[in-house]
Amino acid sequence: MNDITEGLRAAFWLLVSFDAELWEISLRSLKVSLSAVVIACAIAVPLGTWLAVQRFAFRRTVIAVMNALMGLPPVVVGLMVYILLSRSGPFGVLGLLFTPTAMVIAQVVIITPLIASITHQAMRELWAEYHDLLISLNTSKWQRVRTLMWDGRRALLTAALAGFGRAIGEVGAIMVVGGNIDHATRVLTTAIALETGKGDFALALGLGFVLIGLAVCVSLVTHALSQTERRGRW
Amino acid sequence: MVRVLPVELRGAVVRRRGRAILGPVDLTLAGEGLTCVLGPNGAGKTTLLRVMHGIERLSGGTVGYGLPEREALRRQGFVFQAPIVLRRTVAENLAYPLRLAGAGRADAARACADWGGRIGLGAVLDQPAQRLSGGEKQMLALGRALISGPDLLFLDEPCASLDGRATAAIEGLLRAARESRTRIIMATHDLAQARRLADEVIFLRNGQVERHCAAEAFFAAPQSAAEEAFLKGDILQ
Repeated sequence: MNDITEGLRAAFWLLVSFDAELWEISLRSLKVSLSAVVIACAIAVPLGTWLAVQRFAFRRTVIAVMNALMGLPPVVVGLMVYILLSRSGPFGVLGLLFTPTAMVIAQVVIITPLIASITHQAMRELWAEYHDLLISLNTSKWQRVRTLMWDGRRALLTAALAGFGRAIGEVGAIMVVGGNIDHATRVLTTAIALETGKGDFALALGLGFVLIGLAVCVSLVTHALSQTERRGRW
Repeated sequence: MVRVLPVELRGAVVRRRGRAILGPVDLTLAGEGLTCVLGPNGAGKTTLLRVMHGIERLSGGTVGYGLPEREALRRQGFVFQAPIVLRRTVAENLAYPLRLAGAGRADAARACADWGGRIGLGAVLDQPAQRLSGGEKQMLALGRALISGPDLLFLDEPCASLDGRATAAIEGLLRAARESRTRIIMATHDLAQARRLADEVIFLRNGQVERHCAAEAFFAAPQSAAEEAFLKGDILQ
């Protein structure tokens, strides 16, 4: 209990004193995770929707694999991305290892199946509702996908926020590919891991509360901007 | 301009799990007017409409329109028994087929305002369509099917479970559409409605077309025991 109180106090002081390092790692956390979410959504949302409307051989297998990939162990993803980006790896020449870009790549790999699966589930239900109408209106595949994505945008927002939640709270993969380098790749989760390792539980908890606050704020701002709860709208 | 879009079925068969639920059907629908598809439950009325509209996969036979299929389907509309409304406003629902066809926002908005009034939903154009009552949803579905001026309109029991007022409103729209030379093919259980509206009748039983004739002839002179029993309201096995 004492640790939690100390943590809350530490979080409060870090915020009110505009601690420069806290702002730096918070902004880096946001930048990395939001970039990963944007890229993952660009891949996963059309993919999940397309899987809902398209019939092809091995479709069920693809969906099963996609669902299974939701549980990808982040450390293993980090290790694979590390090998690919290391000097001896196929993309070593790009010099991306231990940069925020490598962290974004790792997070994209982790959250894309999650967003695609949630998208697919939501779009499958909407497609069942719209199927006869969209077929009878002689719509093209692309028009169907666009209609479902637009009318199912609230579910897609949920999928994106779930991806963001997983990304911003992720530590294993970004620790491996980012290296937790001060002023370069340190983010809130890796800082928490570092402070915990050093035994500074109060600071670690403080950073944890800031992380939770950040995730909640992003969710609230997203809902407010997209007006999902506006009266009479979906 | 006469906009007849003929529908021609040749040996059309639909099987599900090895059982033929429709056909083989040979049928040609040409000319104008309103055709009612009648028959007991399970006769294949809905399946026949879906086959004619090209949204039901045939197990055998063909369906043709005298036009390339894509062009023919573009000139058709379909209203389902359970109205399907998009999770959008009434106006956006009405505008949807126009926008699909490439109409601009201003043109679509003008058409929506016009059709909103015609279907009695002018005051709720900016309301979410899913908040409408069942009858209003069916009016919206009908308006959405008619807004792009189809040559051929299919309706699958559009007035099922609607009250007299909503039924009268829908029948008014159908009469107006028929006068503007939209060919209408409608499945219905309501014999009184068929008498009021039909120019010709297709009587289906056990997936087979038992009779295809002028409505007057059908109601005046049934040609089989099944037709007679159906017109009397007896239960057909």
